[in-house]
Amino acid sequence: MCRVNFAKSCLFLAAISMSSMLSAEEHTIEQKDKAFVLSDQKIETFTVNVGDSISFKNQDPWFHNIFSLSDISTFDLGSYPKGEFRTVKFETPGEAEIECAIHPQMYLVVEVKE
Amino acid sequence: MNGNRSATWIKTINMSLLCFFAVSIASAAFAEKSDYIQPKLKVPAKNALTPERVALGKALFFDPRLSGSNWISCATCHNPALGWSDGLPKAIGEGQEVLDRSTPTILNVAYNRKQMWDGRDRSLEDQATGPIEAAGEMNQDLGLLIEELSEYQGYISLFESAYPGEGITEDTISKAIASFERTVIATESPFDRWVKGDESAISSSAKRGFHLFEGKANCVACHQNHNFVDDGFHNIGLPNSDDPGRYTFVKVKVLKGAFKTPTLRDIALTAPYMHNGAYNTLEEVVEHYNQGGVDKSNLDPNIKELNLTKKEVNDVVEFMNTLTGTHMEITIPRLPSF
Repeated sequence: MCRVNFAKSCLFLAAISMSSMLSAEEHTIEQKDKAFVLSDQKIETFTVNVGDSISFKNQDPWFHNIFSLSDISTFDLGSYPKGEFRTVKFETPGEAEIECAIHPQMYLVVEVKE
Repeated sequence: MNGNRSATWIKTINMSLLCFFAVSIASAAFAEKSDYIQPKLKVPAKNALTPERVALGKALFFDPRLSGSNWISCATCHNPALGWSDGLPKAIGEGQEVLDRSTPTILNVAYNRKQMWDGRDRSLEDQATGPIEAAGEMNQDLGLLIEELSEYQGYISLFESAYPGEGITEDTISKAIASFERTVIATESPFDRWVKGDESAISSSAKRGFHLFEGKANCVACHQNHNFVDDGFHNIGLPNSDDPGRYTFVKVKVLKGAFKTPTLRDIALTAPYMHNGAYNTLEEVVEHYNQGGVDKSNLDPNIKELNLTKKEVNDVVEFMNTLTGTHMEITIPRLPSF
């Protein structure tokens, strides 16, 4: 009896885990004209769900950097040239401030929802 | 007959294509040049620009009583006769002590998104009292300064005219100095006249230099638009520099030794160059970039060896010399004395 319940619980947890993995989205935001751009529009805020990831693609002819020193997410993905991208996954709910260290006017607040 | 007609059509199509490409090239060149036209200045709503505020700010800017010693004014280092800088490799402050960095020009600071070499201040209002209070610079206690200025009826009247009912405070001192600094804007240069269509305004060498600037010399990676800045921070590989720069405030590796991109407006008037005054001439500056920097331990990734010839280096310098504006007439204010 216990063994059956344990197996059911495992299956249930696995299903939840699978469903959250399946629902996680991969977004792409461009770095263009020293701004964060989505569908040709400059953006300063963006909302994702926990587990989602964002790829930041450099479309400018000079290097960009991506970093965040926010409470929910601290990273420095380094600097990269036109055509390349860096990806970051958001695993904690809250707000992450994303910047380019080289060009501080590039500033994006990512709201991570549960 | 048919053959002749075909030939005529082909000629017509060729002419149309040539015409189309000519227009495309011309408009592309124009679009690039238009990026260099001075945009309208943005002024914060909380400190609208008025003649009274500029007059007060100018008095404060030139008044040595703003320093603890009463003999250093903002204009001591930001001297209008020296391109709003001081002509020194590194600034000299309180007690004749040499500081760690050169004096940046205040020309066109109104367009900056960040102030100071390391960008620690966002606005001119944030920045204005920093050097006044800094122990190594003007070494003035702001509370004492307010008391001192309040002894002069002339200043009381100037503050009342500029900021009615607000009094003499740190806030009004900052706003007034910021207002004056917003009037220190680059004047029209030969380059500007060329951008507007006067082909005789600059030499062939300068035109070649401009195209190198935007191309092979890669200067445009950082020096962009009318003010020739990207509002960014770069470690440009200067020799003998252990100053952490922007990294002091933002702990990201690429910012170790990185400093704000300075304007190139009136650049011929503001030698020596770089945040530490490392180079005396523009030729030395371009040669620095030509070799892709010297200390490459944390070099900005935009910087690379350029392989410019001596002639090309001279062309780039010739171009930069065309960024010198017409002489800006400055009237020194009579300061309140009672």
